[in-house]
Amino acid sequence: MGRKILFVTTDQQRYDTLGCNGGNIARTPVVDALAAHGVRYERAVPQSVVCMPSRSTILTGQYPSTHGVWMNGVPLPVDAPSVAAQLYRAGYRTALVGKPHFEPFLDPFGKFTENSLSGQGRETAENQPWFDGSTGPHRGFEHLEFATHGGAGQLHYARWLMANHPEAIGMFYPVLDATFEVNAAGGGDTNAPQVRMNAMPKEWYHTDWVADRTISWLNSLQADDDWFCWMSFPDPHHPWDPPESEIGRINWHDVDLPANYPTSAAEREAVLDAKPRHWRKWYDGELVSNYEAPKHWVPATLTADQLREVTALNAVECELIDEALGRVMAAISARGWGDDVDVIFTTDHGELGGDFGLMFKGPYHVDGLMRLPLIWRPAPSAGLQPSVVSRPVGLIDLAPTFCAIAGLTPADWMQGTPLPVHDVDADQRGIDCVLTEWDSELFGVAVHLRTITRDGWVCTAYKPGYVHDGTEGELYNLADDPLQRANLWGDPAYAAARRDLVAELWDRQPPEHSPRLALVAPV
Amino acid sequence: MATLRREIRIHRSANDVWTVVGRPEMLHLWFPGVASCTVDGNVRVITLGSGIPMPEEIVTNDSIQHRFQYRITSPLFKQHLATIDVIDLGDDTCEVVYSTDAEPAVMALVIGGATTGALEELRQQFESGIGPALDAVAASSVHPGGNN
Repeated sequence: MGRKILFVTTDQQRYDTLGCNGGNIARTPVVDALAAHGVRYERAVPQSVVCMPSRSTILTGQYPSTHGVWMNGVPLPVDAPSVAAQLYRAGYRTALVGKPHFEPFLDPFGKFTENSLSGQGRETAENQPWFDGSTGPHRGFEHLEFATHGGAGQLHYARWLMANHPEAIGMFYPVLDATFEVNAAGGGDTNAPQVRMNAMPKEWYHTDWVADRTISWLNSLQADDDWFCWMSFPDPHHPWDPPESEIGRINWHDVDLPANYPTSAAEREAVLDAKPRHWRKWYDGELVSNYEAPKHWVPATLTADQLREVTALNAVECELIDEALGRVMAAISARGWGDDVDVIFTTDHGELGGDFGLMFKGPYHVDGLMRLPLIWRPAPSAGLQPSVVSRPVGLIDLAPTFCAIAGLTPADWMQGTPLPVHDVDADQRGIDCVLTEWDSELFGVAVHLRTITRDGWVCTAYKPGYVHDGTEGELYNLADDPLQRANLWGDPAYAAARRDLVAELWDRQPPEHSPRLALVAPV
Repeated sequence: MATLRREIRIHRSANDVWTVVGRPEMLHLWFPGVASCTVDGNVRVITLGSGIPMPEEIVTNDSIQHRFQYRITSPLFKQHLATIDVIDLGDDTCEVVYSTDAEPAVMALVIGGATTGALEELRQQFESGIGPALDAVAASSVHPGGNN
């Protein structure tokens, strides 16, 4: 019997929303306890700051350029490499419960397995022509139960809600508007975008459903099974519509504004003007370069109270996740597995959360989106000492880490390395750098970024695009400027550092998927 | 209004490819995600894989230019026009260009995105000589390469 793996992801969660990372709004005692007994990473970086490319990196252990999911709306091929398949072949029982998003959600043609499984009343995809039994029914997972950010759609949670509580379907905030754009409609006390008072009981909310279904699957296993369970919470991604019964936990009037929210418009505009042009253009409502932010919302209209309310609701969602994880941990203990389970907690990317006066996400490679919560609580039976790792690591390192936990050699196609367990380990293995990519081409608007995080620097080079000529960039010193307000890209005093970082950035670019995969949906 | 274009080169003559593209009742045989379709005059109703019916108006079916155009008339769209051109490249190959103009813009991406798979399916059937669209053409006694 080997070590079992509970892999917990949230969606779009900021680093500073956890108590163990210094957050003081949401109470997260379960994750904090995992951190206290495990490894807490202070500079975990995604390889993409949007869902589909980032989740594909987690599953494949490859950069977006290599697995080919270069933006949301590009489906990961069904035969793409999968760490879950590696584990399945090694005898692990495998499940994915919650939000998958390796394939587009907007799927009226019903082409994608993720969307069709629940309609078939199935939790596996064994009936697909590509299923040969060797790698698990779908992407290496033998059991799949899916949910996303609301009650609409074709996934298992939506069908469960329709079957059991149909009156609750309309209680969620409608993620899309009548023109299928990300909804900009306001709600709550402050008319903040993507906010709604949700009358749904907590027990019907997707956070509890994901935990319930995870526990159900775990309880179906034999005591001596080895297992890998990816429990994937849709929150705290917008919309911010947690059950109304829970919002009293945090009074938004009492919430401090985020440290990186410049309170005066003049200050916000000065900071944005020092960055490449698409920053300020988005703020002013002149250019929405990506689908993930509401098209009809203008960041410059964000008020301090709206930001306080969104921050509070986001924190409520983080607390609900923490409590749900606590229930799953209790179920694991009840099965007698407590000493043999590794728990890894992270998210796919961050949330701007008011930084620079912005919310949501897009082609902006700064800490709000790039610095992620990552906690690894090794199985107590492994005997590893708790630690804090400050060296940069990536979500690309998760797949080889899962292999290492299972006693497997990471596959040749994995491009990361098993996570270090302390800084000395990182230094001995030369772990000092991580890359991030952004590519988007939406209705003629193209944005292409490449970023390196190394030696306390974050350096982003821009390729030519709709508003960029290929000479722009961003350079931040994380020690001197932790809020990344001073862009040093054009400062002659830092030209040598910039040259060195850019040279390594291009030297380390991963091989590109060929042929380029097609964009077939907005998300 | 958003506009998208997808294209593919097929190593068969334009006349051959037109025998399928010019038959609106055969769309479901080469467009993945279209479960079925019926044609009555210039009205075609397709049913998507998700079960959603989608009424369309056939605007152009020009066997001389090898151009097929249709509008989706579902209230999901404010405007829509799709154009499929089969362009003779003069070497027994052709370029098939599938254009989508639509409002809301997001729907252009959803529908236009699906045409990528349709063009690839069309290419595979013609270049392999095997596929349900070709079977249907044969069954209807239309000689491939004919210009009916």
